[in-house]
Amino acid sequence: MNPRSCVNIHKEWDIVGARQLGREMAKEIGFGTVDQARIATAVSELARNIYLYAKNGQVCFEYIYTNSQKGILMTAVDTGPGIKDISRVMQDGYTTSGGLGAGLPGVKRLMDEFDIESAAGEGTKIKAIKWIR
Amino acid sequence: MRIPILKLHNYLLISIQTEIDDQTAIKFQEDLLAKIHKTGATGVVIDLTSVDIIDSFIAKVLGDVVSMSDLMGARVVLTGIQPAVAMTLIDLGIHLQNVPTALDLEQGLVKLHQELGG
Repeated sequence: MNPRSCVNIHKEWDIVGARQLGREMAKEIGFGTVDQARIATAVSELARNIYLYAKNGQVCFEYIYTNSQKGILMTAVDTGPGIKDISRVMQDGYTTSGGLGAGLPGVKRLMDEFDIESAAGEGTKIKAIKWIR
Repeated sequence: MRIPILKLHNYLLISIQTEIDDQTAIKFQEDLLAKIHKTGATGVVIDLTSVDIIDSFIAKVLGDVVSMSDLMGARVVLTGIQPAVAMTLIDLGIHLQNVPTALDLEQGLVKLHQELGG
């Protein structure tokens, strides 16, 4: 059984809803407090990006299992304007919203695996995994 | 949702007990500056003991409110940042340098007392 739970992001409060779900699911599968905070924070950053730049999108969570590990996979998908220059948004301190520019590079550091696909005009899809240690 | 701000002599005390969304954070920033202006408070303690997540937006709002209060002449100390929150902030690359902090509310008040000369 590998249920997938999603939160639609279209208003600001959905950012809170997404991080609460992420934290609950992380706790459920056995992550410690620090990793729960890391996961919830990563969700918050991804959900806020959707809300700020794409207006509409979805953040989904599912458990993943390999022979030796288990973890959580989060997927953040939107059909917004997309990102023209991915290497630029992955730089620390780069921001177009007046924020700290910590978002995406921060998420990459908080999680164990990070993958981003984006095409201008089509949207963005980010996948990030955290494994239980 | 509004975060309550308590006045104690020359100080303002805030204990953030709720899950903070962006609007609540922005509203709090405005409320705190208005309260400093109204009361003439010289010191502020913002206790974060019950906060279990600070993302880049909330961190920016908190860092900004410290600088803004400083401009108005009030010293702000953040207290009670949880270990998990501290680790997450550093992972995010947020160091909150120049933001005075203390272990807990009590230490925060001691710090203000020292800096403001009683």
